[in-house]
Amino acid sequence: MRPQSRTIQEDSTTAIMWAAAAMVTCPFLWLIGDLLWNGVNQLSFSFLVSAPLNAGREGGIGPILFSTLLVVGVCMAVTVPMGLGTALFLSEYTRDDHFLGRLIRGSLDVLAGVPSIIFGLFGNALFCQVFGLGFSILSGGFTLACMVLPIVIRTVEESFRAIARDQRLSAAALGLSKPTTIRAIVLPAAMPGLLVGIILGLGRAIAETAALIFTSGYVDRMPESLMDSGRTLAVHIYDLAMNVAGGNPNAYATALVLVGLLLIINCSSSWIAARWTSFNQLPA
Amino acid sequence: MDIIQPASRMTPGPDRRPGFMPWVPYPYTKPCCEPVAHIRAEQLSISYDSRQALQDVDLEINRGCITAVVGPSGCGKTSFLMSINRLTDLIPGCRVSGNLHIKELDVLAPITNLLHLRRMVGMIFQKPTVFPFSIRKNLELPLREHGTHDRTLMASAIEKVLQQVGLWNEVKDRLDRSAQALSGGQQQRLCLARALVLSPDVLLLDEPCSALDPISSGIVEDLIVSLRGHYTVLIVTHNLAQARRIADHVAFFWSFNGVGRLVEHGSAQEIFESPKEELTVAYISGMRG
Amino acid sequence: MISSSTNISSRSKSDCLLSWSVHLLALMAGGLLLLVLAFLLRESWPALQHIGPAHFFSDPDWYPTEDSYGLTAMVWGTLCVTVGSLLLAAPLGILSALFCHFYAPPLLGRWYRRMVELLAGIPSVVFGFWGLVVLVPIIGRWHPPGPSLLAGILILTFMIIPTIMLVAHSSIAQVPVAYIQSATALGFSRWSLIWHVILPTTKAGLFTGILLGLARALGETMAVLMVCGNVVRTPSHLFDPIRTLTANIALEMAYALGNHRASLFASGLLLMSLVVLFVSLAEGLRHRKIYAATK
Repeated sequence: MRPQSRTIQEDSTTAIMWAAAAMVTCPFLWLIGDLLWNGVNQLSFSFLVSAPLNAGREGGIGPILFSTLLVVGVCMAVTVPMGLGTALFLSEYTRDDHFLGRLIRGSLDVLAGVPSIIFGLFGNALFCQVFGLGFSILSGGFTLACMVLPIVIRTVEESFRAIARDQRLSAAALGLSKPTTIRAIVLPAAMPGLLVGIILGLGRAIAETAALIFTSGYVDRMPESLMDSGRTLAVHIYDLAMNVAGGNPNAYATALVLVGLLLIINCSSSWIAARWTSFNQLPA
Repeated sequence: MDIIQPASRMTPGPDRRPGFMPWVPYPYTKPCCEPVAHIRAEQLSISYDSRQALQDVDLEINRGCITAVVGPSGCGKTSFLMSINRLTDLIPGCRVSGNLHIKELDVLAPITNLLHLRRMVGMIFQKPTVFPFSIRKNLELPLREHGTHDRTLMASAIEKVLQQVGLWNEVKDRLDRSAQALSGGQQQRLCLARALVLSPDVLLLDEPCSALDPISSGIVEDLIVSLRGHYTVLIVTHNLAQARRIADHVAFFWSFNGVGRLVEHGSAQEIFESPKEELTVAYISGMRG
Repeated sequence: MISSSTNISSRSKSDCLLSWSVHLLALMAGGLLLLVLAFLLRESWPALQHIGPAHFFSDPDWYPTEDSYGLTAMVWGTLCVTVGSLLLAAPLGILSALFCHFYAPPLLGRWYRRMVELLAGIPSVVFGFWGLVVLVPIIGRWHPPGPSLLAGILILTFMIIPTIMLVAHSSIAQVPVAYIQSATALGFSRWSLIWHVILPTTKAGLFTGILLGLARALGETMAVLMVCGNVVRTPSHLFDPIRTLTANIALEMAYALGNHRASLFASGLLLMSLVVLFVSLAEGLRHRKIYAATK
């Protein structure tokens, strides 16, 4: 190849790379800019706390924030113990080559890829109908729990596995029992990873719409109990955009709140992860 | 140097946890190595998945002596050590067969209480493995686990072992600081103290000096010598000079096509001055291995 | 004196309790997939029994209230929007990953990656909303009506680029530095390095990313529901409105009864089997040893 054609090739590929990056970046900036431009004006403290009026065209998102909190709370109350237990099982109670561990890990991998709408169908059939919970915050929270469980288990299990083998060996050599090893050595060392896993699951749960529209329902009143139907932020955006003419301004503001929440969640998890790595690199 | 109190005597009243039997360590009359077998291995073989790592080891280890296990890398020395407190159970695919007894205790029997066994057999690793919390908690954790909860008893036990490993004056003012802030040599001595605080019968040392600088290494080595007579010590080492300095007995392993075997064992004097096997002669003179 | 009969129970009570509860929780988590499948089957059973799988594809139209259960148009809609977005997202995602590693200055590369991670975290309903209020009107001005296959493809593209890019990025990061160093030492240009060294060694990783993106595109609901127009018709060109299987479920589930409801579950079952197939393929690829020669 002659040097000249080679520089041409190098230049053109470089241009293509930058163009591709620009094609990803521009819509992203457009989306964020659009949300900020149209949403910030609507945003105020009273918007965050007051009830929606006139099907959501006016008023705020107070009850919706509260319902979101409840749904996500129910979801986490189920996910955290189950995720922790399963992760402990996978990392402490089975060996890598054990068939049960492999089976569970494989089924969780597949479950992680199942579309949220399928979880919606499942939740509707199991929690709303078989368990008789109807369209309620409980049904929605349980459905979300099924959805985020694989992500939480994965992250938490990895943080358990990251604990040095030396530490486990010397704990065993001292005759420490398994519960003691887990309580005194494994859990404290894996705490940041545990938090990251829970926060990731939280993010997924808050962002979810499709699994909720026919499990926790649409009602935008302030929920009185966990058996009430409740509308989450994401469902609110969907409803305003699709079913309410003139709902766009408030939909923008709600979207901004939702993206802001997710941004906080995302940043805090990467902050914890970063602190964690620097902590682990201390001289041993 | 004081022999520390056995843990069973520090515990007021009998321990009632299922499967727990307090034991009394051998009452040493004089700090000396006796020709009485303490650990007995017969036809001991270890394999990983289908790969044989160690085959047909017959070895008696005398009570109160320091026995050095020497040989090239990959000849199964560490596997042998780990089978004595059954840490091999933690390695996936690892199988141990044959007979292994510590006194009358059948180590390899399925019913053996592992927590109890490991309390009786302390182990130190190549890299110091302090736990990521305070010095005090590092020492309290094993004590609590084995039934001692009284604070004053624990404090006195901690002071005793720290003095025994020569760390007391260095750390007595910072017992509640992180153990990870200690230097490598100090950490290794803390690990030794952590093993000693359970007053074991047997100590397994897996190249305890090889990750340390020469000065710390010397300190730890002197410490090991001071254990003679109080504990039955097995030390894996690559450093033949060290083995010659500290060991009463030497067991020499060699890897034959990847399978480790015991070539020769005897007193340090025999092995270093009049070895019987040609392989031993070659290894000791530095021609092989 | 130690090997007495009390040693038979070598585990303490708390160990047993913890062990049991952990096993129980793990079995529950592992059984979840089966439970989901079982419920989909149970709920769709009336449809499979009374209507029969053949009807889903032979019935000409989707009028579930009049016993016409043709899914063909929606299957085509799903396929078109998925394949279309994959055709755009795969090259963009892979080029983005390459850009990050080899072309961007280090700081910019890091920021770019952070941005794509943020993009991955944006909820699909926000994408859908933005598509509905910004993208659809633009397409509508160019070629009415606006809500269309094209809008769906564009929105989905941006939703699956992060999946493809992040998987590609991490598999490029796993290429041994020695490969890159020796290629550079041989005087390879950046592009030859990518073409002859990076792409061949990361083939499996790139393909995994594409498969995972495919699974995500197939299962995506809210965004396509909001921008595609939801008309049940086999699309003939890019500007036709379409309805996907997922959107159909989301739209009709709230009021469906009897055979109608069962046939929605049946379409969910179809979707689930496709996604499970692609995800298992991707996982199989991911776990295959790629760099046999490296440590």
